[in-house]
Amino acid sequence: MQTPAPVDYARATSVADAIALLEKHGEEARLLAGGHSLLPMMKLRLARPEILIDLNDLDELRGIRIEGDEIVVGAMVTHAEILDSPVLAEHYAIFREAEKVIADPIVRNKGTIGGSMCQADPSEDLSAVGSALKGSVVIQGSGGKRTLALREFHEGPYETKVGDAEILTEVRFPIRPGAGSAYEKVERRVGDWPVASVGVFVVVAGGVVTDCGIGLTAVGAEHFCAPDAEAYLIGKAPTEENLAAAAQLAADACTPYADQRGPVDYKLHLACELTLRALRKAAASSQGA
Amino acid sequence: MTAVEEVPLSAAGNPIGFGSMRRVEDARFVRGQGNYVDDVNLPGMLHSAILRSPHAHARIVSIDASAAEALPGVVAVITGKILEGIPRPSLLGDNFAWMPTLSYDTQAVLATDKVRFQGQEVAYVIAESRYIAKDALELIDVEYEILEPVMDAKRALDAGAPIIRDDKGQTDNSITDVHGNKTWESGNAESTAAAIAAAKADPNCVVVTQEIMYPRVHPAPMETCGSVSYLDKVTGQLTMYTTTQAPHAHRTVYAMVAGLPEQKIRIISPDIGGGFGNKVPVYPGYVLSVIGTIVTGKPVKWMEDRNENLVSTGFARDYHMTASIAATKEGKILAVDVDVLADHGAFNGVAQPTNYPAGFFNIFSGSYDYPDAHCKVTPVYTNKAPGGVAYACSFRITEAAYVIERVVDCLAQELQMDPADLRLKNLLRPEQFPYMSPTGWEYDSGEYEKTMRVAMDIAGYDELRREQAEKRAKGEYMGIGISFFTEGVGAGPRRDMDILGLGMADGIELRVHPTGKAQLRLSVQSQGQGHETTFAQIVAHELGIPPEDIEVLHGDTDNTPFGLGTYGSRSTPVSGAAASVVARKVRDRARIVAAAALECAPDDLDWELGRWYVKGDRERGKTIAEIALLSHSSLELPEGVEGHLDATAVYNPPNLTYPYGCYICVVDVDPGTGQVKIRRFIAVDDCGTRINPMIVEGQVHGGLADGVGMALMELIAFDTDGNNLGGSFMDYLLPTAVECPDWELGETVTPSPHHPIGAKGVGESATVGSPAAVVNAVIDALSPFGVRHADMPLTPANVWRAIQGNAIRVDMAVE
Repeated sequence: MQTPAPVDYARATSVADAIALLEKHGEEARLLAGGHSLLPMMKLRLARPEILIDLNDLDELRGIRIEGDEIVVGAMVTHAEILDSPVLAEHYAIFREAEKVIADPIVRNKGTIGGSMCQADPSEDLSAVGSALKGSVVIQGSGGKRTLALREFHEGPYETKVGDAEILTEVRFPIRPGAGSAYEKVERRVGDWPVASVGVFVVVAGGVVTDCGIGLTAVGAEHFCAPDAEAYLIGKAPTEENLAAAAQLAADACTPYADQRGPVDYKLHLACELTLRALRKAAASSQGA
Repeated sequence: MTAVEEVPLSAAGNPIGFGSMRRVEDARFVRGQGNYVDDVNLPGMLHSAILRSPHAHARIVSIDASAAEALPGVVAVITGKILEGIPRPSLLGDNFAWMPTLSYDTQAVLATDKVRFQGQEVAYVIAESRYIAKDALELIDVEYEILEPVMDAKRALDAGAPIIRDDKGQTDNSITDVHGNKTWESGNAESTAAAIAAAKADPNCVVVTQEIMYPRVHPAPMETCGSVSYLDKVTGQLTMYTTTQAPHAHRTVYAMVAGLPEQKIRIISPDIGGGFGNKVPVYPGYVLSVIGTIVTGKPVKWMEDRNENLVSTGFARDYHMTASIAATKEGKILAVDVDVLADHGAFNGVAQPTNYPAGFFNIFSGSYDYPDAHCKVTPVYTNKAPGGVAYACSFRITEAAYVIERVVDCLAQELQMDPADLRLKNLLRPEQFPYMSPTGWEYDSGEYEKTMRVAMDIAGYDELRREQAEKRAKGEYMGIGISFFTEGVGAGPRRDMDILGLGMADGIELRVHPTGKAQLRLSVQSQGQGHETTFAQIVAHELGIPPEDIEVLHGDTDNTPFGLGTYGSRSTPVSGAAASVVARKVRDRARIVAAAALECAPDDLDWELGRWYVKGDRERGKTIAEIALLSHSSLELPEGVEGHLDATAVYNPPNLTYPYGCYICVVDVDPGTGQVKIRRFIAVDDCGTRINPMIVEGQVHGGLADGVGMALMELIAFDTDGNNLGGSFMDYLLPTAVECPDWELGETVTPSPHHPIGAKGVGESATVGSPAAVVNAVIDALSPFGVRHADMPLTPANVWRAIQGNAIRVDMAVE
């Protein structure tokens, strides 16, 4: 049994209450959502917050709904709920494809989208999904709410623009009629963090790509995206040659480091290979295949 | 199998003898009612924790424990310096800071001079709770002077390499065994070298040489290691609940290490959550819990967390092997030579019989008929955790089976010969048994070709090869891998095999109570193998007592006779034979009692299952239950015959048993990502008589999963600074159901001629045999790319790199 250092605990009764608790306890407080990153880090004593503020009673942070031309996912929505959501599946295949390969059912039952985004692990699969779909997040503090594009959300590994006394309350994804999307991941074993993952959406209209997004994780892509590759594809036919050229541009946007999951050359190769595979699938899907 | 169907069923529906029945253990396990060491909580018990070194190699300048000692709830903080001050009244080191290993080396209980691997024990805190003990660890201030570590075994013997064991006055990192040897050789060096040289010079022959590494892996049992120790100061009795696979051997070792009288030591090994060799050695933590109870006078619990188990307890493998195989161009194998660099870590703590410092690695000549084989193993110290345990490998037969099965495939590739054909051409033939191998092992029995044909039939081998050819034409990469392995399991005999001088023979005791119900007391101990079921079935087979009427007791040294424990697949070959022998003793006694009751001579009686009856008059007889009551009754027994129906036995096996099998693995490889998907796995085992086929199949399933893990993902690697890169289950990957296909099992039955019931050990067969099948399949898939070998684990990165002609060096950090 691994034992965390001493820690206090408070159970928030509302978002406002959680923010007040954050303001009261300062930077050594941590929000507890699913806890499947934070609690293991505490047990290994890599993290030692002074107090945990538990968000699990906050129903206002739950639920998946459509608002206008956006899908709104509450911060406390779990991976399992994303995997099972007919709303998300109707608009984007990428959610199910990604969630199927995130961790295992036990983690998916507890882990949340808000927690995943705020943990900002450089290998987080949902960060690639969010970046690919060019989603946004709503961040709330005592001063009110603000909305931030996910591609501006990360400051670096494990760092986001969420302030010490702020809470990420929702993640929003624009609806794009006709979009095809896909997620490709290579892992050493089911449930492992990715060696590399790529998520994309593509809208093909009139034989050319009119919109697309490419998100990559675990390969050191800034803000988990590859804008040059996206720009390259706009207005071009989704031919194998064009998709391959875009995939190479996506790999060029990556600066992975070597670890036990693989060396740099392999990760760069995967960034290209998985982008190509995801683009093929998404383009075919957008064209009704 | 008709033999199983003929076994009568008991009132409870269990076979009175051999056959599948549900494990009696399962009722408590599936309900969460097992009783593991961490479930043991004694009144007044204290908890403890170990401070471990963050460095692989460093001199300890100072340790300041004052802040930890001042933490409320802390009872004591013990350092190496304190242990150094306690003289040991016994052999092997003159103070308590050091203890002997199972290989006659010394190992630090708590570091005094230096730390020699990351995770080494530095200080020990005893406190009122586990939380307080862990909090106190953070308050201990250790000043280290960091030294250059030796992490690359290939450079351990370089001139100028840092010296790890300066405590022993060493001037290099070589290891000297108890016999004074620095290398361990086996077979005939001269004839093997001559045969290989001749083959090189002969245009009709080939010689293939391949470097093959079996990297460091960890047994990773679900339950980590731990102990609860209590020295009762009134009685002087030390009771120790501990995670051990060998409770009796451990009792003797504690008597030597702690200087305590052995009759006052009771080792209880309750339910054990997996061993796989990890729970054979004596670890510093166990010894510290003993010291803890001596110091505090209270029970002290020590229980590792997962990280501690992975970084500090017995690893397995870590063999850098170079194999050369010579053969004719027609595929007749002529000779095999293997050179091994063995990484033993910072202390030589390998668990194996004394006369076999490289374990049974020298059985590497395998299942083939050729005259010349030789191996040389050079062990070295490195700044890594000690151990080298028998991780489901029957004392390094895993390395042996892997190297021969891999190099035979390399030869097949060189000869452009089907690997099945090559094996069939060289397999030992039935008439050659008992067969004396070129390295001195006497294989007891086998019908190898028959077993291989069964496996090929289940696989549909020819059809698979056709499918592979079609797929290759389409640019799809499917691979078929074969492994044919032979193990030698069931150590002793005691004249050849001992651990720390304790001969590897097993005692047993059978008590038949007046009502005809029995207790069987085993020296061996179960970590999940199903002893409580299987051993009852052996007695049922011999005496006709229903298995549910036989209570199997094990794991408590006060309640069971002495024996060497459960590892190396030895329970069935040694204690299983003992069970049969002791039951036959009871049967013989029963005959005398029955004869007295029936007023005839014992020779006038015949036996049928569960009953002695008068020859020619089947109606006149006595059942075992009736005889049991009579043996405790007022019945007059012949002069010199004692009453009761109890017996004891000690079984000293005349030879090892030699289970074998043929495994075939089918994989699909995605060359774009390097991912391997195991599509099928066929395992045909011959372990002689199957006592409980369901348990055998379960053991095979587990071992196959193990093999898939080692082939594809399991690894303890280190970076050049000495950091262990496999210290959690996020980093040390174990396979899941997703990576395992539906196992397709088959069997042949070739009984062991020298075992009372013809059984051979099977607990490790699948772990021994399966890695080579998986790797051979992957390499077969990659052969169109010109790949001849890549080391395990075949992660996606490693497979992709192999295709690029640049396979990863697996024992060091990926660069």
